[in-house]
Amino acid sequence: MTYPMKSMMIAVMALVSVLLVARAEAAVTIQEVTSPGGITAWLVEEHALPLIVLDASWSGGTLQDPEGKEGLAYMMSALLDEGAGDLDSQSFQSRLEELAVELRFRASPDNLALSFKTLTQNQETAFGLLRLALSEPRFDEEAVERIRRQLLVAITRDMESPDRMAAEAWYHSALPGHAYTRPSKGTLESVAALTRTDLAAHQRNLMVRQNLSITVVGDIDAESLKTLLDQTFGSLAADSQLPEIATASVVPTAKLEIIQREMPQSIVLFGHEGIARDDEDFIPAYVMNYVLGGGGFSSRLMTEVREKRGLAYSVASYFYPLTHASLFIGQVATENTRVAESIEVIRAELVRLAQEGVTDEELQDTKTYLTGSYPLRFDTNEKIASQLVAIQEEGLGIDYITKRNSLIEAVTADDVRRVAARLLRPDNLIITIVGQPEGLDATEGPDATESLDAVEATSED
Amino acid sequence: MIDREDRKPGVVSLFGKPFRTLLAIGLLSLTIGACSEEASKTDTTLSSDPVIHGDEPGSPETFALSNGMQVVVIPDRRSPVVTHMVWYRVGAADEPVGMSGVAHFLEHLMFKGTKTIPPGEMSRIVARNGGQDNAFTSQDYTAYYQRVAIDRLPLVMEMEADRMSNLVLTDAEVLPERDVVLEERRMRVENNPRSILSEKMNQALFPVHPYGTPVIGWAEEIAALSTENAIAYYNQFYTPNNAILIVAGDISAAELRPLAEKHYGGIAQRMETPIRVREAAQETGEPARITYADARVQQPILERVYRVPNYLTNNRKDGPALEVMATLLGGSAISRLYRNMVVDQQVATSAGAYYSGAAMDEGTFGLYAVPTQGKTLTDMETALDVELAAFIEEGVTQEAVDHAVNLLIAAAIYARDDQEDMTRIYGVTLTTGGIVEDVLEWPDRLRAVTPADVVAAAKEHLILERSVTGLLLPGQGF
Repeated sequence: MTYPMKSMMIAVMALVSVLLVARAEAAVTIQEVTSPGGITAWLVEEHALPLIVLDASWSGGTLQDPEGKEGLAYMMSALLDEGAGDLDSQSFQSRLEELAVELRFRASPDNLALSFKTLTQNQETAFGLLRLALSEPRFDEEAVERIRRQLLVAITRDMESPDRMAAEAWYHSALPGHAYTRPSKGTLESVAALTRTDLAAHQRNLMVRQNLSITVVGDIDAESLKTLLDQTFGSLAADSQLPEIATASVVPTAKLEIIQREMPQSIVLFGHEGIARDDEDFIPAYVMNYVLGGGGFSSRLMTEVREKRGLAYSVASYFYPLTHASLFIGQVATENTRVAESIEVIRAELVRLAQEGVTDEELQDTKTYLTGSYPLRFDTNEKIASQLVAIQEEGLGIDYITKRNSLIEAVTADDVRRVAARLLRPDNLIITIVGQPEGLDATEGPDATESLDAVEATSED
Repeated sequence: MIDREDRKPGVVSLFGKPFRTLLAIGLLSLTIGACSEEASKTDTTLSSDPVIHGDEPGSPETFALSNGMQVVVIPDRRSPVVTHMVWYRVGAADEPVGMSGVAHFLEHLMFKGTKTIPPGEMSRIVARNGGQDNAFTSQDYTAYYQRVAIDRLPLVMEMEADRMSNLVLTDAEVLPERDVVLEERRMRVENNPRSILSEKMNQALFPVHPYGTPVIGWAEEIAALSTENAIAYYNQFYTPNNAILIVAGDISAAELRPLAEKHYGGIAQRMETPIRVREAAQETGEPARITYADARVQQPILERVYRVPNYLTNNRKDGPALEVMATLLGGSAISRLYRNMVVDQQVATSAGAYYSGAAMDEGTFGLYAVPTQGKTLTDMETALDVELAAFIEEGVTQEAVDHAVNLLIAAAIYARDDQEDMTRIYGVTLTTGGIVEDVLEWPDRLRAVTPADVVAAAKEHLILERSVTGLLLPGQGF
């Protein structure tokens, strides 16, 4: 069946994406600012709104937790807004609220992230509180015990989450023994044993100037920022020695693990080795994955699994280039009786892509989406800050946002065919299912009839 | 602090804490009683010439098309991008009895094509043009949106206008999509004990009013929905006089108006503007109580939800007082519940309060507490009741009120960083009986709240007989 298009505009619009590239560049002007004390930040001045956003990131995250002290970086991060300098937890929180300062620290496997936001009118005092949090955190006993209790609850609650269970089991299958399999929040046992001394020492060790990236966006100029950078970050140690983390490859053989859990819908994770961010095939792989499962309603997986067959509400695939491992992971959630069918449909799409690559039309549509939507990542101060910190961390260079769309444009159908053949391994999928899927047999791992206790035991290896 | 995961998922305080993503399932607006006729102010959004509301950069502009469609423009010139949304004044609470889920189902089906656009193609065209699109449904509204570069705005306007009256549905597309919605329900509700408890609590809180029915619908009723049901619902409610166009981004009303007239202005009214009449809430005269136990639950939680006034009730005075009260009682790490129950007495690992006032009918006020090891949910309930009584007994200081008001006003300023958030704030306000001034005057209304107002709000509106208490516990099976 053919459908007449309502107007020519729809057909024509797809051809003008080059314009968007030019405008995206114009929208964000990045200055590299270096303070007298040698602290560098990227600054985007934006005076339309009376607010300032600062994002920072320290490379080195929960993977740096010592053996047996899992959860240390996570708990430390949660304590940095719980009292500093002369201010105990309630006084510190009270000051933040009076000034409407938003301050948040997060620990993830590869890094520690800081998000900070203030109204321009309060900038001096607000940056002062940030300085205190970074340079004189108190780790008072009351706060440490309270956050410990909260963390234990969070860990307990994770045990309720089928998504979390599936992810944990998948990492154990894919990267057995590697630090990525250790829980970021820690375990009930490890968190119970963390001490105030551990927390304070870990903070000084991880949050140093050497591995720090900073972006500031908003109503502030370069000169004011320079002063604030020294005041705020100047007291951090210059450097520290962090243990090397081994780089790991995903187990290259197929595995199907089923974790029995009473629920009407199974959660399925599937995947294998991915591709590093600095691999020259990364961008072609990213383009390929948009066609496969990264492109929302435009993706092949969404079309085949959801639209044609109604098998799932969502299905997607991603490349995760972590610092010490590269993953390709997909997920789908399907009614127990239709899990086997969903997996077969997905596998068939991986096979088809690996053998045939993508059509010229798919490639063109992908390019117009990826290039045309790039400006949507830069339309708020918060988004600009988080994008730029990621670019700093990945070492892509201050001109990356002006080059990025041309990197996408340069990808050819041959490139996609080549990376699809190189990367996709439909016969060697590591699959983890949580639920009561019908018509599937586990290849190894916990017996399908065992409860999740078996998995919890393995998670604490 | 640890991220607070205890807030009820999907609950959005419109002006309070930083605006969170509205879920398609929208547990957002749960209410009753017709309060919107109290909107006594002139609704300038019905003027056909653009009216600018305020004199700051970014002040919203409004006008109306001759077919009754309202238009709101929120200029944000920082980046060459726009967020384009069409909001319909219809949601799950407007569904016929026995047909729960049809509003949300229709929202999915709106992507299935028109007389000129093949099924699923609209999203692909948007993507091909570097745009993103989606939609969401709540009790009181249904909205569709695209985010695109400014030069693609005419394209998405043309397609959005097209599906306002030219939707084509056949069983070949509708039936697989019904399976998709059932999977969505399994994912959001059946796989999640906390959502199951919430659903049961809403049902108990609103035994007759449609807010007691989940937005996504009951599974057996979803399974019985047909193509004809969806079309009938579409024909009844999707008409330009029941729709609001909201565009935020790199554009002004003067620039948008010719486009709006071209694409939306020619759409004929398909029916009179629907009048939204819902069953009144049933006063049972006693507090409701739901205990839900499930083998999957590891962490017990206590929740309580009250039926309270919405943002418009009592000449728009109750909402601001309830918002300030929620902040002082349990909106932060220095709030009363957190300070007393978590920091000082250490009976809870977290405790808090929230207010949801954006609703056509009644709003809700919620409390929650997670017990520390060795404490029970009964202990939590007792502690919450003690704190509430003491809050009323002791009163609050002017200083504390000022503090909360500052925080809430700052949140409104921070929201201006995000054109999507701004679009949603105006959309929710206008589809729940409010007008543009309700957003603009919000800071002044907060400033007018006195300590006596806060205590009076607690006394008058936190009535146990108008509440449901929910206990989530580990148990057998599910």
